[in-house]
Amino acid sequence: MAKITLKVNGEQHSAEVEDRTLLANFLRDELKLTGTHVGCDTSQCGACTVHVDGRAVKSCTMLVAQAEGCEVVTIEGLAKNGRLHPAQAAFTECHALQCGFCTPGMIMTTAALIKDHPQPTDEQIVYGLEGNLCRCTGYLNIVKAVKRAAELQGK
Amino acid sequence: MYAFQYHKAKSLNEAGDILGKDEEARPLSGGMTLIPTLKQRLAQPTQLVDIAGLAELAGVENKNGVLTIGAATRHADVAASKVVQQAIPALACLAAGIGDPQVRNRGTLGGSVANNDPAADYPSAVLALNAKVITNRREIAADDYFQGMFTTALEPGELIVRIAFPLPKAAAYCKFPHPASGYAMAGVFIADTAQGVRVAVTGAGASGVFRWAEAEKALAKGISAAAIEKLTLAADDCNEDIHGTREYRAQLVKVMATRAAAALSGKKLHGQDHIEG
Repeated sequence: MAKITLKVNGEQHSAEVEDRTLLANFLRDELKLTGTHVGCDTSQCGACTVHVDGRAVKSCTMLVAQAEGCEVVTIEGLAKNGRLHPAQAAFTECHALQCGFCTPGMIMTTAALIKDHPQPTDEQIVYGLEGNLCRCTGYLNIVKAVKRAAELQGK
Repeated sequence: MYAFQYHKAKSLNEAGDILGKDEEARPLSGGMTLIPTLKQRLAQPTQLVDIAGLAELAGVENKNGVLTIGAATRHADVAASKVVQQAIPALACLAAGIGDPQVRNRGTLGGSVANNDPAADYPSAVLALNAKVITNRREIAADDYFQGMFTTALEPGELIVRIAFPLPKAAAYCKFPHPASGYAMAGVFIADTAQGVRVAVTGAGASGVFRWAEAEKALAKGISAAAIEKLTLAADDCNEDIHGTREYRAQLVKVMATRAAAALSGKKLHGQDHIEG
């Protein structure tokens, strides 16, 4: 068993977990933060994307033990004081989803992307979303939403 | 995943000790290959020794004509490093094209080179640039280091500490990524080095990364796309899987080599922008 301490959405958590526990499973099963989705078993889909120390990572491909001492932000921690994050607002406004399963991961990746590229080009958006799969939309509204998120962030 | 013990190494010595004593223990760096492998139950290590946080494995330095990158440096950090971009732009460009953003935020140079996946990008750069793989025990020349698919000169308990890339006069990397995985279907790294032009091919070799001798000879007289266009890579030297036949890969290698050579001679061929990401 591994003893771990990490911050999730601003709150300090300590727990004793099996060494092999994935960050995604810890978030979902221990902390009941089920907004982080697990969409595949092969580390390809990106639905489980969260931020670890400010960077977008696949939480299904990281042991929670590796996140010891880190600051994790999940989709539940993105809105501040009841105000949606620009990425959340833009995905709603542009209807950048159909079934919505991939959306938490898409939004977490978008939030990181518009931080690095405040005015992303279409190419940067497509390149930046390479680690996130959507099987419904064909990505058109997702790309629009990322652009819109960048605009909203600038306001 | 099967159960294992996780151990965060406190020093390089400690990590080397544990891994040297327990043959079934594995080092863990970014985990971008190892963790998916464990999830599929394709490996069953006794312990994972986490070396990603070791200070000895960090840092990027350009000194005396050699770019040295710590083994635990993440792909995203290599791609964004001003030092790398100035010293060997092709290497920064290669790092920016590995996998996807989430993978680049975790995966490390040392992990990729230690794993030596036959379709990974970094091995081609290490080989073409005639780099030295510096471990906790010795220095290994790139030509001696790669020994076939997933096989390297590393011994049990031996860990990559950093990789030293002598600065080339010029270098370029072009790959044809698999559209789903981003792995190279064929990737060609051409470097104009002090020891002559070196051409390393990843993604296509029947036994992992290799140097394409005919292309090196053809480019020795001057780097141009035309010099590559005359060549044919033997399909027998290429691998075959559900993604492509030997013949297809041999052709892809030639096209990627042509594009890399064109980039080096100042000409951009169609598709170049996309390939460079």
